[in-house]
Amino acid sequence: MSDSLDAYLILSGILFAIGTFGFLARRNAISMLMSIELMLNAVNLAIIAFGSFIEPLRADGSVIALMVMAVAAAEATVGLAIVMAIYRNRRTPLVDEYDAMRR
Amino acid sequence: MPRSLINILGPLVIVGALVSLPVGLAILGVIGFDEDLLFFILAEVMLLSGLLVVTMRDIIRCGLAMIVCFLSLAGIYVIAGAPLVAAAQVLIYIGAISVLILFAIMLTQTKDAPPSLVFQTQALGAGVASVILGLIIVITVSATDWGEVGTRLRTATDALAEVLFRDYVLAFEIVSVLLLAAVIGGIYVAKREEGGAP
Repeated sequence: MSDSLDAYLILSGILFAIGTFGFLARRNAISMLMSIELMLNAVNLAIIAFGSFIEPLRADGSVIALMVMAVAAAEATVGLAIVMAIYRNRRTPLVDEYDAMRR
Repeated sequence: MPRSLINILGPLVIVGALVSLPVGLAILGVIGFDEDLLFFILAEVMLLSGLLVVTMRDIIRCGLAMIVCFLSLAGIYVIAGAPLVAAAQVLIYIGAISVLILFAIMLTQTKDAPPSLVFQTQALGAGVASVILGLIIVITVSATDWGEVGTRLRTATDALAEVLFRDYVLAFEIVSVLLLAAVIGGIYVAKREEGGAP
């Protein structure tokens, strides 16, 4: 099982679907950010799987995964800073109460 | 049954179920004993903790389950043959991003918010949509012929370093500038305004 590319890709697909559900269904902004991290990890797992199974991509897969991690760190920093800034004004972390621009 | 007994027995039952299923499959000969067994257990732990991240009510526990998910994913990276990426996963995701998210959770938790309203009203539709998405991905992956799939090999760290600092050196520099910009932007956005609203 650990020797087939399909197992890794199916695992990453299921994790991506879980992350999608969390992003669509949760009310808390930080929960949504955590779901985005899950989805990024699923994509990383697929990249690693391709890199370790397909010969011409061998080292490139790991390098791209490291780049994705760095971009995910930047995204988490800015996203959490925005959530903190909104929380300071609105006193709530729930995204459906951020309705100042549609009233 | 007293509550402390449940607190001890519950995790034991869960761990037993998680371990006994792949061991049983290995004894039956469906999967192999060495790396297959480890892969199966890590995949189970990862999917279960991922589900807990998106379904649990207490957001602190969601954050802790996310750490478990990242840790088992690092184990899967090692099995897949990318030990350096696994080390970076532990350092960056568990050491930096998870701690950042836990701090943000602790700063934004309020006592008066009703904890029962965890999900949006479209949660059912979101569940159906994501199940369909997962099914589509699984069917597509199993139906596709990936062509020249070789055997699984470990990525040597010196080969990785050579590719990173020769072919991808421009992307490396751009990512370092991006991280600097993210740090400065994060500080600017999150800092308290001077003399503004408290």
